[in-house]
Amino acid sequence: MDETQTLAALHGRLEKAAEDAGILDVAYTTVDSPVGSLLLAATERGLVRVAYDREGHDRVLDTLAARLSPRILRAPWRLDAAARELDEYFSGVRTRFDLPLDRSLASGFRQQVQRHLSQIAYGHTESYKDVAAILGNPRAVRAVGTACATNPLPVVVPCHRVLRTDGALGGYVGGLEAKAALLTLEKAA
Amino acid sequence: MKQPFERIVSAYGAMVLRVCRAVLGTQSDADDAWSETFLAALRSWPDLAADANVEAWLVTIAHRKAIDITRGNRRRPTPVEEVPDRVSTIGTPGAGDRDLWAAVKTLPDKQRQAVAYHYLAGLPYRQVADIVGGSPDAVRRAAADGIKALRATVRKVDGDG
Repeated sequence: MDETQTLAALHGRLEKAAEDAGILDVAYTTVDSPVGSLLLAATERGLVRVAYDREGHDRVLDTLAARLSPRILRAPWRLDAAARELDEYFSGVRTRFDLPLDRSLASGFRQQVQRHLSQIAYGHTESYKDVAAILGNPRAVRAVGTACATNPLPVVVPCHRVLRTDGALGGYVGGLEAKAALLTLEKAA
Repeated sequence: MKQPFERIVSAYGAMVLRVCRAVLGTQSDADDAWSETFLAALRSWPDLAADANVEAWLVTIAHRKAIDITRGNRRRPTPVEEVPDRVSTIGTPGAGDRDLWAAVKTLPDKQRQAVAYHYLAGLPYRQVADIVGGSPDAVRRAAADGIKALRATVRKVDGDG
């Protein structure tokens, strides 16, 4: 075994030992998808972050270190279920995610909005205004927009299903091209 | 702000492995020391001072883990001698890595530690002295004696070949 292989094997051993010791606070991996490379991160409680390439994966990891814990390792096996469900979603055979989520990166009204987003069914859309009204806060349209823009779990928590009242796309953390791609995928399936 | 620990493993993993290899002599002991070092480091990473010298901190942990492993080995029956794997970037032209590691293994503890922590980990003598005890001058002498002994052994091996 050369040094690179030895280090890869030792890394795997470290991941398992950290998990057993309960100190693998955040595990992450990256997966390829039709909307680019996605960073997936999970705490022991569940999937905590999905990040698009344009968000800067290194910067996202820095934020996770500051907000959750710097005990972060690349440990793909903790993300196996998430990676598989995303794969199924992108190939059109999965219409809802069945994953434990850790929503601790959002709080208050933002988290409330994001929880509602998970109720919008596959292939359906609502407007920012609709969402504000449903949450009993019809004047909070902008706050709904902010909650969507800061969704830590894009794709899995479908903020892409929220549009402007006139049907325009509005904004998207992954870029409008990605938002359009997801909506097209869901319409086709 | 503390970096994600994965970056520490990427940046220093190879260095710590070579240090463990030099200090412990066998790859399997080095692997165990590496694993225990990084597990302990991961545990205390959030509490490490922001301005701490990460290399010195890791080598300090590795030093303690290596001592634990050496003590454990002494308590157990001697295992079958292991054939060394390949290694290192400190290879001297003409000498196989295998010969070099074998030569490192024959050095007295103090010399082996001084060579590993100063030449492989790149720590200044002052920091090496903090880790192994003794004065920086004593560490400097031990490192110099160690290198001299290694040169002599390697030259002899060259001559034989």
